[in-house]
Amino acid sequence: MGLFSYIVKRTLFSIPVIIVISILCFGIIQLPPGDYADAYAAVAASAGGSVSQEYIEQIRERYGLDQPFWIQYWRWVKGFPEGDFGIAMSLQGTPVADLLKERLPMTLFLNFSALIFALMIALPIGIFSATHQYSLLDYILTFIAFIGIAIPGFILAVFIIGISIFWFDSSYIGRLYSNEFIGKAWNMDKIIDFLKHIPVPIIAIGVAQTSNTMRIMRGNMLDVLQQPFIQTARAKGLSEPVVNWKHAARIAINPIISRIGVYLPEIIATEMLVSIVLNLNTIGPLFYDSLISQDMYLAGTILLVISIILVIGNLIADVALALTDPRIRFELM
Amino acid sequence: MRNVIAVFFKRKKSQENEEYIALSEGQLMWRQFLKHRVAVIASIILIFLYSVVIFADFFAPYGMLTSHKFHLYAPPQITKIRFVDSEDKFHLRPFMYRQVAARDPKTLRFIYKDDLKQKDFIHFFVRGEPYTMLGFIKSDIHLFGVGEGKLFLLGTDIIGRDLLSRIIFGGRVSLSIGMIGVIILVIIGTIVGTISGYFGGWIDNILQRIIEIIRIIPQVALWMALAAIIPKEWPSTYVYLGIVIIFGMISWAGLARELRGKVLAIRRSDFIYAAEITGASTSRIIAKHIIPNVLSHIIVIATLSIPIMIIGEAALSFLGLGIKPPMTSWGLLLTQLREVQTLKHYPWLICPAGFIVVSVLCFNFIGDALRDVNDPHSR
Repeated sequence: MGLFSYIVKRTLFSIPVIIVISILCFGIIQLPPGDYADAYAAVAASAGGSVSQEYIEQIRERYGLDQPFWIQYWRWVKGFPEGDFGIAMSLQGTPVADLLKERLPMTLFLNFSALIFALMIALPIGIFSATHQYSLLDYILTFIAFIGIAIPGFILAVFIIGISIFWFDSSYIGRLYSNEFIGKAWNMDKIIDFLKHIPVPIIAIGVAQTSNTMRIMRGNMLDVLQQPFIQTARAKGLSEPVVNWKHAARIAINPIISRIGVYLPEIIATEMLVSIVLNLNTIGPLFYDSLISQDMYLAGTILLVISIILVIGNLIADVALALTDPRIRFELM
Repeated sequence: MRNVIAVFFKRKKSQENEEYIALSEGQLMWRQFLKHRVAVIASIILIFLYSVVIFADFFAPYGMLTSHKFHLYAPPQITKIRFVDSEDKFHLRPFMYRQVAARDPKTLRFIYKDDLKQKDFIHFFVRGEPYTMLGFIKSDIHLFGVGEGKLFLLGTDIIGRDLLSRIIFGGRVSLSIGMIGVIILVIIGTIVGTISGYFGGWIDNILQRIIEIIRIIPQVALWMALAAIIPKEWPSTYVYLGIVIIFGMISWAGLARELRGKVLAIRRSDFIYAAEITGASTSRIIAKHIIPNVLSHIIVIATLSIPIMIIGEAALSFLGLGIKPPMTSWGLLLTQLREVQTLKHYPWLICPAGFIVVSVLCFNFIGDALRDVNDPHSR
């Protein structure tokens, strides 16, 4: 029962945090001098046209941009329970909720895949690196990991684009599916096309965390391998693979799970940048465009949604840790 | 806190008499640090990079904004440096054949050929464009260059500006943003962390909640949102300052949180009680007893924060939310590559990315070594 009440307690506790964050997000988005109407006029002016002052006032009135902060905030928040997050002014008044519905699943999918990718690659390599400490391969892997951490995801995306232009078939770079599938329902062809597109973003998003996880896993493994229970296991006559993978790795993996809460913001951040570079239809490019056009409902909602994803992610990481690590489980109960 | 043990090192003064010296904590850490070879190499590379960008006017063959109108998108010449000429004659001084531009009749793009008749020898300390370095050194001597021809080691960009020179000048922005941002980070983080850990109670509670909330909002998204606030019509120096302040103001939460834990632990130790009993003021206790004990910790976190800021600046500038012309930075130089075609035809424009990766790598190596030195148990 302990775990359940723990989850409930954590969920209730995060509600005030989310309320404060929503105020903050809205406040930050509101900070720029001028509002959407000004940005709209500026864009129109730079395109050579001009917008009448009346029309600008009309925009302002229609979206309530002339109202004080709290009233605007309230207009934004009061629709949340009904799934209404305001409208994206820069996209001809499309409801923000519709945009999110379209892009959020893909965003979550990409982030989640990148996380899984990072763990799947990093954990075995980290364990291998630790069990072969100071071997040539260990040095090489450690060095690659260092470089992997040093290359920002968006630059890696540019690199991959460059490499693929020169050496590979580049028709699957950028976007998440080919042009002919835009707006089509998902069918077999589209899924196959999609699967050909996703490796590049997943690699670009996941490499930094892969490298990071690998190094941490290596360190954890080395620590655990020093402990007496490993000696006991060896003394019992267990084979080396069983000692390493069954006894040591199970313990060494726990700090990684507790770090998922740290990984998530980094993966989400990388995903946003990589998506902008590769022009993927996730919320990254949407956020960027909304910031440029000062579309506060859209930008604010995205900032809030990302923060909520992180809050939930942290919760899941904590629960996962409680499930895998009996010591923490007992503490909770 | 670590126990300070007086450690004596043997130093052989001559063959016969050995001398023992006591090393301070700092000296001990320095010795430990020197054992991390990679970190030492990384420090040397960074010192080199920073000296180059500080004295950019001297090291860069051309000015940041100088454009060479007959050398648009000239390819890099660094691979064409040679000692042996086409007639198999050896020259001690490195040289290149002069690049001559011609238009491709179909695409109208410039194509470059080597003119085998003209050799441009690379000289050191050549006279070139006059400059005023750091505001007071007036000179026209550049570290290297060629006499009459042009020298584009890393090629040129769309309007014929030397990429290497632009990278060197851009490094001023990229490398300094991390440094100045970290100073702001350290000041805020140390103040908040120390107050929170030392005084505890409701102050601690409030500060911790603030820190939690700052840490929940994803950093890059917050950077982007705040960078978008900077008015577009601001001059580029103001934009630079704005970016630095944004970086410093947001990234302190991690440091504050870690320091709080450390300070909390130190606060309960006997020597702090002893200081209190002898009547030391709070500010004296913090300044003389607490800060010195967490200083190494601060240095480690600060070192590891610099690369994050370098990458952050690159990302923001790359997206057009950061530094803007006429200033330049490594991230801004990469902006041209958002057009895939540019990368395809002019691949050398990716060079600034290499500088970002190298400097980030170096800071990471140093930070890791410092962490090892600071806390041997974390290995």
